[in-house]
Amino acid sequence: MSQSSVSVFDRGTRLLREQPGAAVLWLIAVWLLLDLVLGLASGRIAVSRVATYTWDGITLGLVLGLAGVGLSMTYSILNFANFAHGDYITAGAFSGWSTTYLLSGLGSNASIGSLILVGAGGTVFAGDLGINVAAQPLAIILGLVVAAVVTVLLSLGMDRVVFKPLRNEEGITLLIASIGIALTVRYLIVFVFQQSTRGVTANVPGWKVHIVDGVLNVSYHEATLFIVSVALMLGVHFVLQSTKLGKAMRAMADNKDLAQVTGIPTERVVRATWIIGGALTGASGYLIALERGTLGYNLGWLLLLLIFAAVILGGIGSIYGAIGGGLVIGLASKVSLIWLPEASFARPAAFLIMILILIYKPSGLFSGRSTA
Amino acid sequence: MTARETLEGIFDNDLKLVVGFMATLWVVYFVLGAVLGYDVNGIANALRGLTFWAAVYALCVLALNLHWGYAGLFNIGVAGFMAVGAYTMAIAVNPVNPTSSGAIPGFGLPLPVGIVIGMIAAAIVGLIAALPALRLRADYLAIVTIGISEIIRLSFKSVTLKEFTVLGKTFGTGGGSGLVIDNNPASFINDFLPAPSGLPVTQSVIEGWIYAIALLGFVALFYWTLARVGNSPFGRVLRAIREDEDAASSLGKNTPRFKVKAFMLGCALMGLAGMLWQASQGFVNPGTFKPELTFYIWIALIIGGAGSNTGSVLGGLLFAGVLFQGPLYVKNVVEKALNISGNPESLIAALQGPIEFLAYTLNNMGAIRFIFTGVVLIWLMQNRPEGLLGHRKEPAAAIPILGTQREQGADAVQADSIPDDAGSSGGDEQ
Amino acid sequence: MSEDRDVVLDVHGLEKHFGGITAVDGASFDVERGTLTGLIGPNGAGKSTTFHLITGIHTPDAGHVTFDGHDITGMEPHQVANEGLVRTFQIARELSEMTVLENLMLAPKGQEGEKLWKAITPGVRSQVVEQEEDVLDRAWDTLEFFEIEHLAEEEAGNLSGGQRKLLELARALMTDPDMMLLDEPFAGVNPTLENRLIDHLHDLREDGYTFLIVEHDMDVIMNNCERVIVMHQGDILADGTPQDIKNDDRVIEAYLGGEV
Repeated sequence: MSQSSVSVFDRGTRLLREQPGAAVLWLIAVWLLLDLVLGLASGRIAVSRVATYTWDGITLGLVLGLAGVGLSMTYSILNFANFAHGDYITAGAFSGWSTTYLLSGLGSNASIGSLILVGAGGTVFAGDLGINVAAQPLAIILGLVVAAVVTVLLSLGMDRVVFKPLRNEEGITLLIASIGIALTVRYLIVFVFQQSTRGVTANVPGWKVHIVDGVLNVSYHEATLFIVSVALMLGVHFVLQSTKLGKAMRAMADNKDLAQVTGIPTERVVRATWIIGGALTGASGYLIALERGTLGYNLGWLLLLLIFAAVILGGIGSIYGAIGGGLVIGLASKVSLIWLPEASFARPAAFLIMILILIYKPSGLFSGRSTA
Repeated sequence: MTARETLEGIFDNDLKLVVGFMATLWVVYFVLGAVLGYDVNGIANALRGLTFWAAVYALCVLALNLHWGYAGLFNIGVAGFMAVGAYTMAIAVNPVNPTSSGAIPGFGLPLPVGIVIGMIAAAIVGLIAALPALRLRADYLAIVTIGISEIIRLSFKSVTLKEFTVLGKTFGTGGGSGLVIDNNPASFINDFLPAPSGLPVTQSVIEGWIYAIALLGFVALFYWTLARVGNSPFGRVLRAIREDEDAASSLGKNTPRFKVKAFMLGCALMGLAGMLWQASQGFVNPGTFKPELTFYIWIALIIGGAGSNTGSVLGGLLFAGVLFQGPLYVKNVVEKALNISGNPESLIAALQGPIEFLAYTLNNMGAIRFIFTGVVLIWLMQNRPEGLLGHRKEPAAAIPILGTQREQGADAVQADSIPDDAGSSGGDEQ
Repeated sequence: MSEDRDVVLDVHGLEKHFGGITAVDGASFDVERGTLTGLIGPNGAGKSTTFHLITGIHTPDAGHVTFDGHDITGMEPHQVANEGLVRTFQIARELSEMTVLENLMLAPKGQEGEKLWKAITPGVRSQVVEQEEDVLDRAWDTLEFFEIEHLAEEEAGNLSGGQRKLLELARALMTDPDMMLLDEPFAGVNPTLENRLIDHLHDLREDGYTFLIVEHDMDVIMNNCERVIVMHQGDILADGTPQDIKNDDRVIEAYLGGEV
């Protein structure tokens, strides 16, 4: 029985009969798409508005994808959902921005201490330092690097101390342990850096792109995020496809037991997973603080559920799936603003999509292909 | 009897165990306060707070134990179901024509009716969540439940649902500001049992104490209900499902139905807990029901040991008394005793000297207790994942089945006979 | 078709494909009431899959299953069990954290205490308690029948392999089935225990129970079953008395290098 001979019509009617819920969802998706197209054509929906939402969705999606790669890989290779992942993001962001502040503020009269603490307690403000990528490119680049490095160290350290002794336990045990790490890391950050959310950038230059009926604002920082994310993803792609390590990682993500049997050194691959995943995670935390211009202790935790959504959507273990899933969730949560009555429904909408995916297609949208 | 036997004897009797732990905590709090010069009212209030928090956590952990310990359902959306209960009750009982400006009208129903409606609402939301999700594996169910919890919380927070009119009736969730609930279980009980006067503590502390004791009564009620659920054929099937659902269904048990029923009952109890806890503070807002709340309840469950109802109560007690309230109480007492009033604005400032560091630490006790909690959680998973009492197997039957042996040739079951040492393990016949 | 055969299980044209692989390819056979019938075949013949199809763990792509006159094709596993057709598993699925007694008391059908409200409500619970005592009695009876009373309070996870198989069988029996599908009930069981088990099965058969047994131990099947069905590559190869099967060239060829 070959699949290609089954027509779209047959599959459609089979879907309607067997999974009425999924059929309804497809209908809703089609209806929304029609509404969008008609709205754009008639001018009811401004093209520039859609462009803005799309651009916002892409930037958010890239962050979710970057952070999602690490989460997806550890989920698949180590078989548990790492709820500390959000706080790894936050740790990366704080360590990177601490560095950036320090470097930017060296000439100024702010104290070293208050710089390192990223202005904790209102001791120094971003406005005073005037941090943006045009004014302080070196500080930002170094901050990004430090963010990645610190997150790698944190991931490896936590794996060694917490997860390795539990290597053969059930996923739920590891999940609970990861919640322990999440709390510890998050509140250490609160203890050191305090709870308040602070602005980290100032006077950010940008471009005004004229689109049909309005303007799309693209800031330098959004562009930086875009460029860096894409570069990192290309780098990961290169590692996965062309290096021996990359192939081993793909094999392990696909089937750990088989990989072990064929002699792939698993602990080394695990370590590589934490390193690559950790670096991307730290970078994503730094970048999103850069793009938003604010930094708070809940940064990563608030993103975590969205990242889970992205990872699940893309299929756990699939690195390209995590990136794709991230973009889908990012776009969905921003573009849905066209139809949602208020902005605060964007997150619930994204969660709803995630729940529906888990119920109807838990293997992910991009499943059925080879993992990485 | 050796010390070990005495200790084990204490552990054998559950009520003694719980009362023992509670009493110990009371004594510790009392001594700490008295020795360091806290006044009578302060100590009375601290003990009231301890009792209150221990009770409300015990309620939540007992309900969660039904989901996870008995049925094996990994629900990390507890806060969401509590919110449904609390908010539904609030909307049901708030006056139709509120006197204060800006207050959202409700349905003006009597409190007992509001409580029942709230529990039903929580159960229905549980049903909606359960139907598609209960067949998912544990970690996926976890993600779905936390997603649902956040959808509920953020919807309650939205402007759209803040105040709206349906079929001519106006009501709402109050959006980000939440709802004031003057008519709540605490006020109800305080009207019912007025505080006696002439005692050396303030009126509000006495009223608080009366409510805390009422809550202990609810803890007993929850425990009684859940013990009956667990020690019954229903509980037996649940336990089988937790371990091996396919084995249970091959024996003819309609496992999805059991899971749904257990889930709905647990959610109804969580809704009730939400009413008894948060709603009784006089107001609710979305911030009250963040996922952190669920995680704290989980930590309490893990400490006490999933699967054991007594463990759940103990876990709630220990979490509330030692990890949650404890550090804050210690902070208050130490600050007062050592007369520490400074508040270094940052860690760097705090590093100037030991007093400054102590002051900084005390001011950030809230953060420290969660660092400590996280570490405890990790330690537990590595060393004692079954918690305090999780290793205990409560019998899965409505009648005593341990220590029952058949007399030679007789059919009667002797419930009191001394079990002989026939429990040889392993080894085939011959 | 002979009218004087009392057929309790009738399987007709069962098919199951997994992706590109055909596990069961148009299998048809029936089982008479009150018999010990064997189901044999080389590894991969489709025996376990057939059990899964009959008991509802998988849905057949084609074919029917009729049990005691009712069409049970595609029913959920718990529905099939409630019809009176119960199976045991190749790898025993004892509930290891529950005691042997609790395992047994789980099984019987129609326990009123399985209704949540009856378990909780004060007045009604006394009915439940009464029924529990009956169930406990039956559990003891079953333990005595299998001569494992001394294991009653033992956690099922502490039992040896053979004892777990026993428990699996005893537990399935507690559901008071009309027919049982036994998937390799003797695998990993020592010979003495195996003989006792076979004696028990014969006793039960005389009480009116029907058994369809998948086994690799050819002697057991040939010496105890009235009828033997042979599966090969998803289809029924041969179907007859042990004597017929032993002399069937096709069967011998299918097993070439195997156990016959």
